[in-house]
Amino acid sequence: MSVEVQIQQGFRGFDLDVGFEAPKGLTVLFGSSGSGKTSVINAVAGLAKPAQSRIVVNGEVLSDSAAGRWLPTHQRGLGYVFQEGRLFPHMNVRKNLLYGNKLSKDRCEVASFDQVVDILGIGALLERRPSELSGGEKQRVAIGRALLARPKLILADEPLAALDEPRKAEILPYFERLRDEFSLPILYVTHSIAEVARLATTVVALKDGKVDRVGPAAEVLSDPSFTPMGPRAVGAVLEAKVVRHHEDGLTELSANGVALMLPQLSHSVGDQVRVRVAAHDVILSREAPKGLSALNIVEGKVHSVRSGCGPGAIVSVDTIAGRILARITRRSAAALELSGGVTCYAVMKSVSVAPQDIGAR
Amino acid sequence: MTEWLGPQEWAAVGLSLKVAFWAMICAVGPGVFVAYALARWEFHGKQFINILVHLPLVLPPVATGYLLLVTFGTQGVIGGALKEIGVVFAFRWTGAALAAAVMAFPLLVRSIRLSIEAIDPKLEQAAATLGASRLRVFATVTLPLMLPGLLAGMMLAFAKAMGEFGATITFVSNIPGQTRTLPSAIYSFLQVPGGEIAAMRLVVISIIVAAGALILSEVLARRIAAKVGQT
Repeated sequence: MSVEVQIQQGFRGFDLDVGFEAPKGLTVLFGSSGSGKTSVINAVAGLAKPAQSRIVVNGEVLSDSAAGRWLPTHQRGLGYVFQEGRLFPHMNVRKNLLYGNKLSKDRCEVASFDQVVDILGIGALLERRPSELSGGEKQRVAIGRALLARPKLILADEPLAALDEPRKAEILPYFERLRDEFSLPILYVTHSIAEVARLATTVVALKDGKVDRVGPAAEVLSDPSFTPMGPRAVGAVLEAKVVRHHEDGLTELSANGVALMLPQLSHSVGDQVRVRVAAHDVILSREAPKGLSALNIVEGKVHSVRSGCGPGAIVSVDTIAGRILARITRRSAAALELSGGVTCYAVMKSVSVAPQDIGAR
Repeated sequence: MTEWLGPQEWAAVGLSLKVAFWAMICAVGPGVFVAYALARWEFHGKQFINILVHLPLVLPPVATGYLLLVTFGTQGVIGGALKEIGVVFAFRWTGAALAAAVMAFPLLVRSIRLSIEAIDPKLEQAAATLGASRLRVFATVTLPLMLPGLLAGMMLAFAKAMGEFGATITFVSNIPGQTRTLPSAIYSFLQVPGGEIAAMRLVVISIIVAAGALILSEVLARRIAAKVGQT
């Protein structure tokens, strides 16, 4: 279960040279616009042919320039969810869903029609036309259509970018289920750090047509030198489990034994969640803080202090809960004598964890 | 009705309908192909093909008819070869149909091309990712979505073929019962004294057929547009 991609292309002064291998699960191609992520996914889909390419999905070679192999799009066994849905306007929802299904009878089913309709909650929409659907409904149908095509690989190109916040929150869980319930490799393109934090098993960060970082999501995101959206967007991701819901409206999580208090979550006790802690919401202290309003304090050891030419510094702290990043001033870092190995306390403002940054696993 | 129109006039009306129908039917296949190529493909000589297709629209019809005579006449390059296998255009109703098809072709191609260009190629890409070959993409996505424009173009071509005169009379002359179509018949009646009444009757018929074709194409296009979910 893996995806292997090697692509080289020089195009109008923009050089694309991308190579990565992703294990099973959901691989996010992450980068700003112009970083080459759409070129990569379109090469995998066979929609655009790069000068040099080698693309292997679960051992099946989709393209290999050295061997002169380039499988046409329709023979690649894909399920592609586009940004704009791209439902066929002249077919109702049912026919849209079954379009790829009828063309892939020789492969095994990923999920049955009834299962897909049930998971996506689109039973009431089957006889409707795409023009009668809301943006979120269209995307749900598009996901269903991709799944029913019995894909060997799911591709998604910014599938949430055209939706407003409530619709995004509506669609995100379906991608989580896709990742967790089907053993299909998924290649997911986005420029949203929140989507990366919530969905990614593996992150492939692209920058100017090159691979900037590859690795497990938590590792890449908590790397203090990884500042793709500027230092303000830096943050760490912690894996945690819901322990219980308190009467005062707080939910208690346990991140590897460390208790974290968050405003009421809708998850049930025992659910695994990912919590993103933005670096600018973390305060550091050399001594165990007392008399502080913040609820979430964890002890750890400084791993590294990074600073550039600005007044800020990013301190990464290894704790039992995982690596936490803190964005403080260089002056504070000097005053606290922070350096590798020093013990300190990371104070996280519990209110700082935005709802869209938390995701069920 | 039979008393209102003489047998010769009926023959002209019947011949025109036959000629226009076959002209439309034979032009639609190549029309779709050329329109698709012009709308979707990039190739060398695209502009040349575009001009060639549109030439009958801007050229004097007599010139088009003469060119047809030169190429498809029994002495012509293509006409001579076709004669060997028993296909003759010159001075036959089939020649009238060919002339009408050539004259209607630009209108047909324009209409179809516009309707293809209105289809988002991203939909065709989506169909390909779902496993559809190029031919299947065309049959299941492109064709249904271009249907309103295709039908409108066909009706327009039919009406144009009904009225084609210059190229027809130059290419296949004006033989009663063989190549005397409605316009040729009207022209012939106007050449003889006392023929105005008969000519006027045929003019009225022309108007009815042409208007009918236009109305039918509008109605069909609207009905199909509603069905395929495009306004």
